[in-house]
Amino acid sequence: MTDILAAFGWIFDPVNWSGPNGIPIRLGEHIVYSLLTLLLAAIIALPIGFAIGHSGRFRGLAVGVSGALRALPTLGLVVYLALITTNLTIVPPLIALTILAIPPILAGAYSGLESVDRAPIDAARAIGMTGWQVFTKVELPLALPLVIGGIRSGALQVIATWTVAAILPVGGLGRFLFDGIAVQNYPEMLGGSIIVVALALVSDGLFAITQRLVVPRGVLAGRVRDTSEGDGRRSGRTAPAESAPTT
Amino acid sequence: MSFLWSNLGQVWNLTVSHVWLAALPIVIGFVVSLPIGWVANRYRLSRGVLLTIGGILYAIPSLPLFFAMPALIGTQILSPINVVVALSIYAVALMVRTVADALDSVPGDVKQSATAIGFSGWRRFWSVELPLAGPVLLAGLRVVSVSTVSLVSVGALLGVPNLGQLFTDGLNRSYTEEVLVGIILIMIVALVFDLILVGLGRLLLPWARADRRSGRLSRRAAMRAVTGA
Repeated sequence: MTDILAAFGWIFDPVNWSGPNGIPIRLGEHIVYSLLTLLLAAIIALPIGFAIGHSGRFRGLAVGVSGALRALPTLGLVVYLALITTNLTIVPPLIALTILAIPPILAGAYSGLESVDRAPIDAARAIGMTGWQVFTKVELPLALPLVIGGIRSGALQVIATWTVAAILPVGGLGRFLFDGIAVQNYPEMLGGSIIVVALALVSDGLFAITQRLVVPRGVLAGRVRDTSEGDGRRSGRTAPAESAPTT
Repeated sequence: MSFLWSNLGQVWNLTVSHVWLAALPIVIGFVVSLPIGWVANRYRLSRGVLLTIGGILYAIPSLPLFFAMPALIGTQILSPINVVVALSIYAVALMVRTVADALDSVPGDVKQSATAIGFSGWRRFWSVELPLAGPVLLAGLRVVSVSTVSLVSVGALLGVPNLGQLFTDGLNRSYTEEVLVGIILIMIVALVFDLILVGLGRLLLPWARADRRSGRLSRRAAMRAVTGA
């Protein structure tokens, strides 16, 4: 308890809110780096994921590559890229983190499109929509909650890993953790940790709200009962759980 | 690979402690998540509450959680217990949802049949529901296993010896090969863990391979673990 009080004492100490190593600067760095990483990963992963989900091809390959990437230790990749490029800027960790943020976003994109019921797609084709129209007006809106779910877990991973990446001289909130451990200053380590956790939870909460907001009204109005699986008692919730996550 | 041959003894010790630090949270997480997941599946209210708590716990970044452990459980900052407890928390957070989904995937008529031929609730759980939930549980455990093996390496930043130490040490000495050996060994450990889990699945759930439906559910469980959806 005294540790936690000391950590909050550190957080609210005005000394830690000014200068180039102050909390606002480090927090700003962390947010900007995370957004940049997420943007890069989304630009790469979303089109590929949509193509896989829309066409149903190369799914096995995507699952395999994603699984293998998940086994890749983040810290190792960050350090390795920094060493082989002999570059101590944010570029090597940016590349490493982009690679690691791709699997969840990719998985969200293709599983989102796959989760869309065939019937509305066939109906859309029947009334004469082109493939592109089917994608933008039917598949994408219905898949959006899962697509955003993928970006949501990518965001968590990116925020967590930029903390670890502060082992390199790139700044971000992880700096407080590494500086704290170097001088055995536990309030600083714990205070920095609390700020990172708060940032992660705020990010996760914002994405959770967005996921709920993007569920099309028609889906909420007419939740289809899926009786093909589960034990009756809760089977009605199996289908919506895909489109409106509960976490 | 000259680094590996000249430091074989030390690398072996790091590998052994890495395996321990990863295996304990996976086993603890599985055992602890079974009753919690059962409760989450049993009542509508507890499902919402427990899965939300799990989602929040899983959202906490690893390194800050490692650092917070001494304040939460009174350990020393260098203690490997910090890593084991923190990774067990993640494993439970992830597995509770999987256990709830897995138990929910057991068809209702099968459970009713078991009750009809005289199974008590306790025996029905162990000999009917749990085995039938097996394939989905296995899919969840494989996700937990891979991410736990990878996350143990972050513990090296606190000074807890494991293969992640090859990263911190390699960075200090600008020794690229040492870092590469660490990455490869951690991926091998993750692969071996995965093969063990798949092997256990074949052994304990021989019917699962033929069952298309549970295959689909397992994939969905794995997907949920990734997308949080």
